[in-house]
Amino acid sequence: MIVYVLRRLGATLIVMAVVALFVFSLLFLTPGDPAAVIAGDVATADDIQRIRAKLGLNEPFLVQFGGWVGRLLHGDLGTSIFTNLPVTTLIGQRVQPTVSLTLLTLVIAVLIAVPVGVVAAAKAGTWTDRLVMGCSVLAFSVPVFVLAYLLIGLFSIRLEWLPVQGYRPFSDGLWPWLSHLILPSIALGTVYMAFIARITRAAMLDVLSQDYIRTANAKGLAPRAVLTRHALKNAGVPIITVIGIGIALLISGAIVTETVFAIPGIGRLTVDAILRRDYPIIQGVILLFSGVYVLINLLVDLSYRLFDPRIRY
Amino acid sequence: MTTAVLPAPKSASPTWQWFRDAFRRHPTAIVGAMVLAVMVLTALLAPWLGTVDPQTLAPIQRLKPPSGEHWFGTDMLGRDVYSRVIYGSRISLTVGIAVAAFSIAVGLAIGLVTGYIRWLDAIVMRVMDGLMSIPSVLLAIALMALTKASVGNVILAITLAEVPRVVRLVRGLVLSLREQPYVDAAVAAGTNLALILLRHILPNTVAPLLVQGTYICASAMILEAILSFIGAGTPPNIPSWGNIMAEARSLFQIAGYLILFPGLFLSLTVLAVNLLGDGMRDALDPRLARRM
Repeated sequence: MIVYVLRRLGATLIVMAVVALFVFSLLFLTPGDPAAVIAGDVATADDIQRIRAKLGLNEPFLVQFGGWVGRLLHGDLGTSIFTNLPVTTLIGQRVQPTVSLTLLTLVIAVLIAVPVGVVAAAKAGTWTDRLVMGCSVLAFSVPVFVLAYLLIGLFSIRLEWLPVQGYRPFSDGLWPWLSHLILPSIALGTVYMAFIARITRAAMLDVLSQDYIRTANAKGLAPRAVLTRHALKNAGVPIITVIGIGIALLISGAIVTETVFAIPGIGRLTVDAILRRDYPIIQGVILLFSGVYVLINLLVDLSYRLFDPRIRY
Repeated sequence: MTTAVLPAPKSASPTWQWFRDAFRRHPTAIVGAMVLAVMVLTALLAPWLGTVDPQTLAPIQRLKPPSGEHWFGTDMLGRDVYSRVIYGSRISLTVGIAVAAFSIAVGLAIGLVTGYIRWLDAIVMRVMDGLMSIPSVLLAIALMALTKASVGNVILAITLAEVPRVVRLVRGLVLSLREQPYVDAAVAAGTNLALILLRHILPNTVAPLLVQGTYICASAMILEAILSFIGAGTPPNIPSWGNIMAEARSLFQIAGYLILFPGLFLSLTVLAVNLLGDGMRDALDPRLARRM
């Protein structure tokens, strides 16, 4: 077990090193002078030179990369070109809204999608099943921001049930916080739910055709007990895997969702950074999100044994 | 020898019969294919579909709701939204098809070689793992932040995000195909590596890649819209569905139709491609069809 954990951790470090190398070398690989692109069309030669110096583009690649990684390992993600503030500070200010949004979405999505997938599998071939599958294809096809505007149009503007945009911190109370996050969570979670429900259904169908399920049914267990205790638990590995992989959808979607709902999170920070071409911020956000994604999937890997004790590491 | 004369088939042309047969077995896929065909025609025939120049400004006609004159209304610069949406289909379809074609070509080449050559496999797959751990929107954003906005760069950025997934798929296929007896036979017969890959492995990857291609096309169209929507995609002067919606960001409370129409077209097109992909998957792998 420990050997396995160490080996997986090593693999994770390698992946993160690849991410860091990629994000850093993009500055060099992209055609043209990134400093000129960042500086914009109205920049003077002086401005471009200043940005070159700031990004450290005047030094040899390896010296720059070494220095950058060294600072990175000390928790320094560099400074923003536009605001001159450390990137870690800027991200730190924006963590709460993004964590609130993604965690709430994750919880809602899993609580809805897994049961839906189980029911679809139990009723495979019926209209219920077809409805679930049809809705999931639809969910894959409507972009998150289109869905977001539809939800705002219906629930905020037409029915006036929920606020149109904005964010309230948790310290303002549970309802103000929650009411500002309900629509964003639904918009963000829809694709994720479709993804989880589909895989849950497929995994359940696989398990439901096993002999031990027939035995459980034959000895007269309640169908619900067979579905949950016998089938769902054995379908756990693919389901937890897809929940982990789907985090990438949540991260990508959060950037867009925060823009539509004017939530001052890391996604908004990223979008503002694009408009100002503030590359250090984008670099920092990519490293952070990729790190979170890789770590979550490492935990997912390690959790397999909870579902299937036969798995040996 | 007597020749039996078979009764002439009652139905019309064989094409029609084939179509009816296919429709009965994969109704959604056929509907998807038809919607997609209509969209492609729309994109090709845009100038002849009652459109005006999508860039013509008419400040007096600003923000007019849909009417007989302007079917989808006008935007904040008085441009005809119907024309912009129709022309916008060109961008989405171009990006979707180009990304699907490029990422499959590149992914196939890398996947074939890495799947077959063991020492290369370890290195290339670590790189792919790294790329895959960057959420695709962020990967594309990083590239777009460092290059000038253009449709070509959007295609490049999305392709880069999609390639690792194709490599994964192809590599997996190659790893199982290389153990097949007919590959052993080819090796024993002294066939060289390139020929084994091209003649014996490649043809078996076509079906899954065709299906994967449709999904890539669908996700590329969504990604293009997302990038344009957040200002990191197609240059603002080109009418793409994402751009039309991006411009309406601050106006959606008073002019929701600016988001509704491009959003509807985009969703419908992506849905069509997805349905086509699902149908192809079912047709090419009936065993999987029951489960997915």
